[in-house]
Amino acid sequence: MECLLGMKCKNFVIVAADMTKAHSIMVMKTDENKLHKLSNKIVMAISGEQGDTTQFAEYIAKNIQLYKMRNGYELGPKAAASFTRRNLAEALRSRNAYHVNMLLAGYDDQEGPHLFFVDYLASLADVKFSSHGYGGYFSLSIMDRYYSEDLTPDQAYDVMKKCVREVHQRLIINLPNFKVQIIDKDGIRDLPCITAQGLAKE
Amino acid sequence: MEAISHAGTCLGILATDGILLAAERRNTNKLLDEVFSSEKIYKLNEDMVCSVAGITSDANVLTNELRLIGQRYLIQYGESIPCEQLVSWLCDVKQAYTQYGGKRPFGVSILYMGWDKHYGYQLYQSDPSGNYSGWKATCIGNNSAAAVSSLKQEYKEGEMTLKDAEALAIKVLSKTLDMTKLTSEKVEMATLTRNENKTDTHILSSKEVEALIADFEKSEAAAEALKKEQKTKS
Repeated sequence: MECLLGMKCKNFVIVAADMTKAHSIMVMKTDENKLHKLSNKIVMAISGEQGDTTQFAEYIAKNIQLYKMRNGYELGPKAAASFTRRNLAEALRSRNAYHVNMLLAGYDDQEGPHLFFVDYLASLADVKFSSHGYGGYFSLSIMDRYYSEDLTPDQAYDVMKKCVREVHQRLIINLPNFKVQIIDKDGIRDLPCITAQGLAKE
Repeated sequence: MEAISHAGTCLGILATDGILLAAERRNTNKLLDEVFSSEKIYKLNEDMVCSVAGITSDANVLTNELRLIGQRYLIQYGESIPCEQLVSWLCDVKQAYTQYGGKRPFGVSILYMGWDKHYGYQLYQSDPSGNYSGWKATCIGNNSAAAVSSLKQEYKEGEMTLKDAEALAIKVLSKTLDMTKLTSEKVEMATLTRNENKTDTHILSSKEVEALIADFEKSEAAAEALKKEQKTKS
């Protein structure tokens, strides 16, 4: 039902997540934030079972903060992704597995931007662009068509817009708003939300 | 603590382009089968090597624990454990044995050398009480106080290459060990360098150590000759 989008270019990563919270057949709200800040330069976009998502995201975020307090330096995106995957994999083989899908976007001061795909079966993949959810079926082909490593942040934002427009047009489910963030050497930055109203005006 | 001051000497020197550990080998006997190439220098993981002074059986337990800690970190975070964290975890174990009853502490001091992306090349020392500290050059074991003071005199901060460090290590060891002549079977040495984003650890073969000792003796003889010359002049 939900939709997460992510794209990694040369100097930054961009992630977008829909803002819809649905319960059964009813839409409860359309301003939910599914982008969680894990550290100064790592963002987790998360979807899945309601409750599991918040619980898991907070658990990982707090553990990464604890690491920073203990050691005086932050966990890099790669290590944070391994840590997330490990926790998910261990929970998966217990009686209380988390049913969550994620995109982890981060910027490493030495290695540059990173984007990781993590699903509820705890698979981890380092990707250039990726998506989760039904919206992904449409947006993946659009990202494939327009992706280039050399995109500027503005161009990447436009590709995200194209994806969202397609989701609005083709997907049977109503996902009007998308929250967008960009992560680069200066940290995490909010971009204006992509909304159905905004797209209609253009 | 008492056992350590009798144990074979270990010293470590930090250089600009690498780091080294050198240790004195005590158990030399021609009847001893050479199953182990090194007696007390152990590789802990991809990025760290340690050498030990003290009760060898205790040391084996601790190096095993060190490797476990390193692998636990690796499985959780997918990268090598930062040096100080490994040292700190082991020291927590050592400290516990000084506090909880029924057991004796580990009679082992350890020198660790390693590399991590946060602080580069590092040298640490830990003792049985669970204290640890970082050093540019230090020594543990028999006669270590004398070795540390001569290291203090000869260590040039920020301008030592690994080559200089190797020569210095041999020089200090020859002063510290109560032997007339150093031999390659009495000394073991390991170096750690970074090449193409990978850590290279290398335990020097007896041939390489022999070459170092020969170089040292040559320079010593030259210094001796110079002294004599000056004496005759005056």
